[in-house]
Amino acid sequence: MTTRSHTAPANPTTSGGTVAPASGPGTLVSDEVRVVGMVWERELIRYVRTRTRIVSGLIQPVLFLFVLGYGMNGLVGTTGGFNFRQFVYPGVVAMSVVMTAMFSALSIVWYREFGFLREMLVAPVSRVSLVLGKTAGGATVAAVQGTIMLVLAPLVGIRLTPLLVVQMIGLELLMAVAMTTFGVFVASRIQKMESFQVVMQMLLLPMLFLSGALFPLNGLPGWLAVITRVNPLTYAVAPFRQVIFAAQHMSPAARSRFPTNVTLFGYALPIGAELTIVIVFALVFFVLAFRGLSRTE
Amino acid sequence: MSVVADGPQAQAPVTVPPAISVHGLTKRYGDLVAVDGIDFSVAQGEIFAFLGPNGAGKSTTIKMLCTLAHPTMGQAMVAGMDVATMAKSVRRHIGLVFQEQTLDDQLTAEENLRFHAVLYGVPHRLVEPRIARVLALVALSDRRKDLVSTYSGGMARRLEIARGMLHTPKVLFLDEPTVGLDPQTRALIWEDIQRLRSEEGVTIFLTTHYMDEAEFAERIAIIDHGTIIALDSPDLLKASVGRDTVSIETTDDEAALASLQAAGYTVERSGTGLTAFVPDEEAAVGPIVAAAGVPVRTVRAHRPTLDDVFLHFTGREIREQHGETVPMMARVRGARRS
Ligand SMILES: Nc1ncnc2c1ncn2[C@@H]1O[C@H](COP(=O)(O)OP(=O)(O)O)[C@@H](O)[C@H]1O
Ligand SMILES: [Mg+2]
Repeated sequence: MTTRSHTAPANPTTSGGTVAPASGPGTLVSDEVRVVGMVWERELIRYVRTRTRIVSGLIQPVLFLFVLGYGMNGLVGTTGGFNFRQFVYPGVVAMSVVMTAMFSALSIVWYREFGFLREMLVAPVSRVSLVLGKTAGGATVAAVQGTIMLVLAPLVGIRLTPLLVVQMIGLELLMAVAMTTFGVFVASRIQKMESFQVVMQMLLLPMLFLSGALFPLNGLPGWLAVITRVNPLTYAVAPFRQVIFAAQHMSPAARSRFPTNVTLFGYALPIGAELTIVIVFALVFFVLAFRGLSRTE
Repeated sequence: MSVVADGPQAQAPVTVPPAISVHGLTKRYGDLVAVDGIDFSVAQGEIFAFLGPNGAGKSTTIKMLCTLAHPTMGQAMVAGMDVATMAKSVRRHIGLVFQEQTLDDQLTAEENLRFHAVLYGVPHRLVEPRIARVLALVALSDRRKDLVSTYSGGMARRLEIARGMLHTPKVLFLDEPTVGLDPQTRALIWEDIQRLRSEEGVTIFLTTHYMDEAEFAERIAIIDHGTIIALDSPDLLKASVGRDTVSIETTDDEAALASLQAAGYTVERSGTGLTAFVPDEEAAVGPIVAAAGVPVRTVRAHRPTLDDVFLHFTGREIREQHGETVPMMARVRGARRS
């Protein structure tokens, strides 16, 4: 226990300062911006403080990249100097972004269980600011995690160019925003910590496996092809592969062996269409996340 | 009898508008009536306690007053604003300490407070002085940079109280602030509460199911099954269920009875001796022993407690319901640490 002092606070000149209630019922825009910044900052502080999370967030993709990469290599073989590890690398970067963003968003369930969510929800601020801050925070953290993955590129024979790095960070941010809003929405519907595991296993893993991150989506049986095409992650993963492959020196044989575009009704989607789908997805789930957190008893 | 649900008007000053006033406030969850048409008001600067067993409707009342739950019926004004129509302004002018802990224990005390300051729009230049001030009020200044995960349960509670005061609220709501804490820590928290009131002039509304500590409040509403069954100051509540008594056993009860009656005391024979009814048991012990006129073997002084009050109005002891609260807190704490 601390010792108690009944003396006046250290700085009597400022201690009497009472807080003038800021401007009545309508809150200032600058106040809301401050809130977004604070929620974002808190997310970063927590990320930096939980090293285990950073490390475990790296181990899983690394396992996929090297273990699965070498394991499948014998089966897939090398075409025109291009192998399965190079194929799977963009998918693994996408996976690490998805996992980090979802984890950050789903921590809301944890706050709900342990109360901290209340501290945010009763505050006289707009829920939009809270969701924005949370999304920005989760997205930043996920993009950082995805960018750390870039150091693995040379190890699997992926050539990085300055343009590619910029493109990757942009894609990571977009994907992270989409996944964080999606995660916040899911979290707003989950009341119990136990459901968290269920969501991770029943929703997130299937979404990842059926997104083209780990295997090409062409030549799948019809029903599986349909599932992969309604999976929004598919449209977030494909652009990674497109920009990365565009920066590689690949033979035409390798390009046809490892295709990058998502085909819809036999028509290959351009990257712009894929990104539009991801943006619409993010907006829809932003609204749903906001509504999910706005319910009062 | 002074103990009626509409009693507060008698005490609340008429000139200053009350900090809280509630009329016919009701909350239903499906068929369950959690709060059943309660009326009360709390004067500015008052320490007011809701006392009742688990499930009585205390937290539900707080939630409605803090705009976290919509009243099914009735009206509540907090700091002069209607909770139904001016929710955001109400939230800005109240401080809240929930029954469950709501700190982020991966942040330091200071970071938790900064976060709160931004959420409540505390102007930038006031953030630092207010943080220093509220930490000093709960004697946690030297733990400012420590992670909340290193705090004891009592320290975390006091940090939450400090946080609730950070934005200089007009009313501070504390839902079971001392539940699950050891007696020393509970006493410290009561000192904090008294200090907040005297130094910041804040109105304090708290709930508890501990009879003994409700005595520290200036007025108490006893709530059971969603209704207020008694409302008054602790002394008047206790006086309403019976008077102070001094019971004695003497070597000659006949003689003692005669002497005491001659001295003007109201005395009855009780089981093993005599019982005198007095205005103030402590002050009466000496004079009664002296007035008995014969050697006194045992003396027992008794003042009605709030337990007696609760028993009187409900026919039950509040203690019956205590059981589950403490283990539940222990579970949550255990889980947080892992
Ligand atoms: N969200 C809710 N949904 C349904 N019933 C509730 C809810 N909150 C509280 N209750 C019920 O309302 C009653 C009063 O609860 P509460 O106000 O928490 O009591 P207290 O705080 O006095 O222990 C209890 O019977 C409780 O089960
Ligand atoms: Mg309660």
